[in-house]
Amino acid sequence: MSLLWIPLLPLLGTLVPLLAARLERTTILALTAIAPALALMVLFSFTDRVFSGDTLTFTLSWVPVLGLDLSFRLDGLGYLFSLLIIGIGLLVILYARFYLSGDDSITRFYASLLLFMTAMLGIVLSNNLLQLWMFWELTSLSSFLLIAFWHDNSAARKGARQALTVTAMGGLALLAGLVLIGQIVGSFDLSVVLASGDLLREHSLYPVILILVLLGAFTKSAQFPFHFWLPHAMAAPTPVSAYLHSATMVKAGIFLLARFHPVLADTDLWITIVTLTGLMTLALAAYFALFKHDIKALLAYSTVSHLGLITLLMGLGTELAMMAALFHVINHALFKAPLFMAAGIVDHETGTRDLRQLNGLWKFMPITATLTMTAAASMAGLPLLNGFLSKEMMFAEALKFDHFGALSWLIPVLAVFGAIFSVAYSIRLVHDLFFNGEPKRLPRMPHEPPAMMWLPVAFFVVLVVLVGLAPALVEPMLLSAVSAASGQAAPDAHLHLWHGFNMALLMSAIAIGAGLWIYGRRLHLYDFQDRFPEINASENFDQGVKNVMYRCREWYERLDNGSLQRASFLLLTFTLVILLPTLTAKAGPGQVFNVKPMDGAMLSGTLLLVFGAIMVVILHHRRLLSLLMMSVVGLVVALIFVLFSAPDLALTQLSVEVVTLILIVLALFFLPHKTPEESSSPRVMRDLGIAGLFGALMGTLTYALITRPFDTISGFFTENAKIGGGGTNVVNVILVDFRGFDTFGEITVLGIAALGIFKLLAGVRLHYRSADAAGMTWSGDKHPFMLNVVSQSMLPLALLVSAYIFLRGHNMPGGGFIAGLITTIAIIQQYIAHGIDWLQTRFRFEYSILIASGLLIATVTGMGSMVLGYPFLTSWFDYITWPIVGKFEVASAIAFDLGVYLTVVGSTLMILTNLGKLTTAHRPREEEAN
Amino acid sequence: MEGLYAICVGILTSCGIYLLLRGRTFPVILGLIMLSYAVNLFLFASGRLNSNMAAILGESATYADPLPQALVLTAIVIGFAMTAFMLVLSIRAYSENGNDHVDGKPADERVHDSSIAADKGGRKA
Repeated sequence: MSLLWIPLLPLLGTLVPLLAARLERTTILALTAIAPALALMVLFSFTDRVFSGDTLTFTLSWVPVLGLDLSFRLDGLGYLFSLLIIGIGLLVILYARFYLSGDDSITRFYASLLLFMTAMLGIVLSNNLLQLWMFWELTSLSSFLLIAFWHDNSAARKGARQALTVTAMGGLALLAGLVLIGQIVGSFDLSVVLASGDLLREHSLYPVILILVLLGAFTKSAQFPFHFWLPHAMAAPTPVSAYLHSATMVKAGIFLLARFHPVLADTDLWITIVTLTGLMTLALAAYFALFKHDIKALLAYSTVSHLGLITLLMGLGTELAMMAALFHVINHALFKAPLFMAAGIVDHETGTRDLRQLNGLWKFMPITATLTMTAAASMAGLPLLNGFLSKEMMFAEALKFDHFGALSWLIPVLAVFGAIFSVAYSIRLVHDLFFNGEPKRLPRMPHEPPAMMWLPVAFFVVLVVLVGLAPALVEPMLLSAVSAASGQAAPDAHLHLWHGFNMALLMSAIAIGAGLWIYGRRLHLYDFQDRFPEINASENFDQGVKNVMYRCREWYERLDNGSLQRASFLLLTFTLVILLPTLTAKAGPGQVFNVKPMDGAMLSGTLLLVFGAIMVVILHHRRLLSLLMMSVVGLVVALIFVLFSAPDLALTQLSVEVVTLILIVLALFFLPHKTPEESSSPRVMRDLGIAGLFGALMGTLTYALITRPFDTISGFFTENAKIGGGGTNVVNVILVDFRGFDTFGEITVLGIAALGIFKLLAGVRLHYRSADAAGMTWSGDKHPFMLNVVSQSMLPLALLVSAYIFLRGHNMPGGGFIAGLITTIAIIQQYIAHGIDWLQTRFRFEYSILIASGLLIATVTGMGSMVLGYPFLTSWFDYITWPIVGKFEVASAIAFDLGVYLTVVGSTLMILTNLGKLTTAHRPREEEAN
Repeated sequence: MEGLYAICVGILTSCGIYLLLRGRTFPVILGLIMLSYAVNLFLFASGRLNSNMAAILGESATYADPLPQALVLTAIVIGFAMTAFMLVLSIRAYSENGNDHVDGKPADERVHDSSIAADKGGRKA
């Protein structure tokens, strides 16, 4: 079994609930659980190898040059987290089925949940930094979907947005950090990076990298001062809180700290930042948790506090601290997930989560109460439960810490402070919920939930007790994780239930005693706390985001006031400014090569072109005239192509020119015939100035380019056109063979443009005038007889020419593009001469079908070579002897060219006829409309 | 010869950019067409200027560079598609807005709008 299956199975599993959407909810539950269950079995099959210290890897190369691979690794650390992710995920899937009401879309929920599971597994199993980051962001996105699951609730949307903003900003910081690591190490491969610890720690950029990576970890794990998003994310359905916000996503930051421990940790900077952040978070969040009246808010602050505890341990740096940290990762997940689930049960059965209303539930739900009390006791750190063990270890490590010199005592003292409040809020949770009088004004009469709802809770609680009594059970997994996280052999340490009477035990006792005392005096504390104005970090953050948006908009409006002319001018000026240093840089003495003497043809061409171009500008207020001048320019351009040995280009330019001219004349039928003179003189001068500068620049560039020595890769094409492509017209062979894929893309664009135009013109309402600008009415004779006759007799001839041009294209100037344009012109001529109605009865072609079949032929030709085992669009040709005609060449490229031909004909005709149709008689005239 | 060619490209660019900066859709489209002529000629010239050397095998001893020609050929056709699209877009905009200004309304109307906004603000204060 490959390692790949562990993340892949949940990913495939996201489809299961979507496909099973119509089935009964319990069936959906059963089907959805299959993929993670299989993934869990795959994980178990690696147990022995991981515990014996192996690191399993799986790599699929994608772009090795850029360090982009699909690469997974499974070591002790990844194993521990994967087990938590999949195991807890399965229980949450079960719980959610009974938690969500019939109105909620369980398929959407399950699909998002499994997507999230995939992302989490991707993080903990990645062996490539960029891939790790991708999954990291995927958790942010999928958790956004999950938090905003009840998207008609504005608090849910706001909470989701805030969680996404904070974690995604952290994610960007992380990306920057990872890229820097990749640059310094020279590889994005995690195995290589993990072995380069000294290189990174001694690098001058180390502080930058550290802070960027820590920003990613701290935002994700809700460390102070980024903790505020987590309580707001509690607007999510409770299964989501139990899964994301206790067991998995918030642990991703912790995972990151553990993963990069071998390369980034154990420097002064690391110890200072990580320890202090963890300590602050631990103490502050524990204090604030006591004052939360919403069960889930209390649990959220408690989670933040416990994450702080783990972060603190990560900062301490010893192997035993790492062991305690990872042990607490397991323990916290085991006791916090059931507490969230219990909160969900209470919410579900009573309709509220307010601790001031909920009292005395013991008589109504004894099973839930027992389970909750056990888990809460573990959260408070009472002996014989798992929470006690890791807390003891934390105290022991905190006592040993001496990095801050004389101030080192702060660490154990603040840790005890946090523990005291942890006891106090745990007692509050239990006491307020199940005892302390009678329930007040509950929306619903409380009773025990269905068994399937408390069973997952019970499963966790059994584990809480089991690990508490026999910690040796998790020891092998923990030791292999510690060894993977520290990059050294597993420490010679064991988990014990009883460490004897020592300082740590005393600290625990103080915490419990003081916690009880504080809870007893809670009312005074509430009063005391009420005297402070509430510091709402979340609102401050929102205000900050709003301010940033406001400033951005202000700047934006300063740059872009909605005037395209101004924007274009700024863009052009900016381009010049950027180019300035390059242009003014001193180049070596310019040597001028191969300058040919001018001849009469070029001189007269240039004069004509310059005259035409300038006339277009001068006459641009009189549109038809300027259009005529424009066509003069186009013709000269075609002649320039003729002069400089490009017959194919000349033919294309000529035919495109004709089609464009017809099109613009048609468009002018609808548009105003004159451009008003509205530019002020300074504006005209300014525009002339910048236009002149650009013209001079382009002219100089062109001159510089064409008088430089010439070195081309075209030799390959000329040499292989005949032997490889079977044609003597190299340009055409390049188009249909060497660079066939480009051409394929290009005709696709052409087709898309035609369809876009079709859509744009659908439903357009236009009035056309019954007279031209000068007041002359249109000619009454719509379809002059002479034109009628001539064009009709020309049609077969024109089609014959186009067929000839098409067929000879491979060897002589011509080909699909040009032939297509000629056909178009021939047919358009019929439209002009006879009108649309006349043609519609005789010429029944759906142009969209023409475009589609053209693209299809081109695709099939390309695929044909794939069937024969060659790359896409490899062409084939051979000579066959035909009676009478003689030796005759057959090339598959001609089929491709046929596709080009059909697409060109279809697209251009679609464009022209759709515009032309707007002029037909059954449209309202302007006078009628008025 | 090269000098004349460069002058052509320069003039086409200048005229194209000047028209691009006009306020009505039609001259802007003409400007874009002009610019695409200039760009096509520029690209074509990267194969240098050669007379009587069409890249048809067997027709002459040396050949002009066929690669820029192939690129420019596709550029011409794509340029047509773009021109057509812009034209139709301008027709559509004209029918929706009742005018053919690139911003959807002529500059004097915009001033008018903002003065109304200022009046409102004044009344509020």
